[in-house]
Amino acid sequence: MADAGADAAVKHPRRQRRLGLEPSRPTRYGLRFVALLYVGLLVLLPLGTVLWRTFENGVGPVWEAINQPDVWHAFRLTALVAILSVIINTIFGVGMALLLVRTRFPGRQALDFLLDLPLSVSPIVVGLALILVYGKNGWFGGALGDAGIQVIFATPGMVLATVFVSLPLVLREVMPVLREVGIEQEQAAQSLGASALQRFRRITLPTIKWAVAYGLVLSLARSLGEFGAVKVVSGNLLNRTQTATLVVEQKYQDFEQPAAYAIAFVLVFVAIIAIVIISIIRPKEDR
Amino acid sequence: MGIEARNVVKRFGSFTAVDDVSLNVTSGNLTALLGPSGGGKSTLLRIIAGLESPDGGRILIDGVDSTGLPPQRRGVGFVFQHYAAFKHLSVYRNVAFGLEIRRRPKAEIRKRVHELLELVHLEQFADRLPSQLSGGQRQRMALARALAVEPKVLLLDEPFGALDAKVRKELRDWLRRLHDEVHVTTLFVTHDQEEALEVSDELVVINNGRIEQIGSPNDLYDKPANEFVMGFLGPVTQLGGRLVRPHDIEVLLTAEPGTIEATVQRVQRVGFEVRVDFATPASAAVTTVQLTRGQADSLGIRDGLRIWLRAAPNASTIVAAPSLAKTL
Repeated sequence: MADAGADAAVKHPRRQRRLGLEPSRPTRYGLRFVALLYVGLLVLLPLGTVLWRTFENGVGPVWEAINQPDVWHAFRLTALVAILSVIINTIFGVGMALLLVRTRFPGRQALDFLLDLPLSVSPIVVGLALILVYGKNGWFGGALGDAGIQVIFATPGMVLATVFVSLPLVLREVMPVLREVGIEQEQAAQSLGASALQRFRRITLPTIKWAVAYGLVLSLARSLGEFGAVKVVSGNLLNRTQTATLVVEQKYQDFEQPAAYAIAFVLVFVAIIAIVIISIIRPKEDR
Repeated sequence: MGIEARNVVKRFGSFTAVDDVSLNVTSGNLTALLGPSGGGKSTLLRIIAGLESPDGGRILIDGVDSTGLPPQRRGVGFVFQHYAAFKHLSVYRNVAFGLEIRRRPKAEIRKRVHELLELVHLEQFADRLPSQLSGGQRQRMALARALAVEPKVLLLDEPFGALDAKVRKELRDWLRRLHDEVHVTTLFVTHDQEEALEVSDELVVINNGRIEQIGSPNDLYDKPANEFVMGFLGPVTQLGGRLVRPHDIEVLLTAEPGTIEATVQRVQRVGFEVRVDFATPASAAVTTVQLTRGQADSLGIRDGLRIWLRAAPNASTIVAAPSLAKTL
């Protein structure tokens, strides 16, 4: 039957030579050198220096610098804020991506445009704006305060600020994937009897899972590293609303450089681990 | 029983895709919806499946008014032109999908899926991913997937449209044989008249959102209701102000009653057949006649030869004027 060409139909894009489009040898090496120099000077050298400074005197002092109550508190708070923000942004990002890609409604493009704003607005401005709305004298601040909920200078405000600055990260990873796969697989599932929830769980979610995972890692990294907005809304209170990045700044200014480097190293380490895990568990045939 | 569409209307903005269409698809038949692209046939199929909602009219599937039902409750199997394979699931899981949704016991699912994979000749590919199959194999998988849930009707939207000519022909024959085995009421959309004539029990010709004619393939070919149907189902030429098929013209070396004088203008051999263009002094139109090589040789066909033409005794002809197209 038609099976004869089955294996030939499985493509091997790597083997195809792009004749005529392949740059010449000097160009190739030149481009590689520029790229390596660029990444080296901008990323590897500064991060390497942090690493070197951290472990200048061995592992002992690093552990000592980290093993302080105020530092542990900051790590716990950072983790809490980051995890809550990532959860909120993942749910919101996937839902909003579905809404923007699968439906047409008036104002859709305006909404699409607005969702990029958090990335372009300075985090300091975000912090100030949140205080204006949720602070004691802000629009909702009074009412929320009467209800016993403190937003500004407390964890809710910090989560709010972190969610804001990492808002579009999951969304922007998921949208192109949804657009590319189209709607036919879901329609096929629907004609086979699947309800909306079953379609989401069995078709949509497996399709976008890697996009979600990437967005999640980006969100996590952004949330762990957020500084400006959190600094404004948290009040930077030691042992209460101080996150890891705020501790780094404070230690650095208090001439406790080793502690500052050690905490900075932990933050970098967590970010790298997240990206490494993703690239290991991601299946080979993707991209 | 089968599928019934009553006065279905669908508009996209100011464009009317389906214009008051009523249609009865006989239970157990393999029916083709044939027409040019943009003629409304796919839209009608999607309305029957519930993937589009009509602006007017009703859809009955197996006697049940399904107009307001979502696709998942209509009991239809749908096959897409581009397969719509679940890319993250193996061939086995693709076919099992509808049964898993219905929470059938594992053993029953396994038995049914293997039966179906055997039916579509994919049993050795059960563990592969769709990306590891050829186009024809993917479409057969999609068909098995649609059949797994024992749909009341099977709807196919240009099922072979994305395949190359050779595979398309094989799958077409295979679909016919499959239907003879499974007997599920099947409605399939195509713009390929050869495909429709070869495969279907019944043919529905749709153009500009309206049904032009319904009938058996032979009926439609031999007794087309109008110029459009005649032209869409096969080659057409003009002879003495009437439309006639090029293979339905007799070529004579002497004048006889009812013949029209003509001269050979051009001779073109295409494989086993010979196409001859004639100029007729009576009208400006060129008449094309299709002959076998043997016929052409025995007549001594050559450029400039004077000859007489007439429609074969049982040929279907219609008057070549659009306003009179409905009269046969």
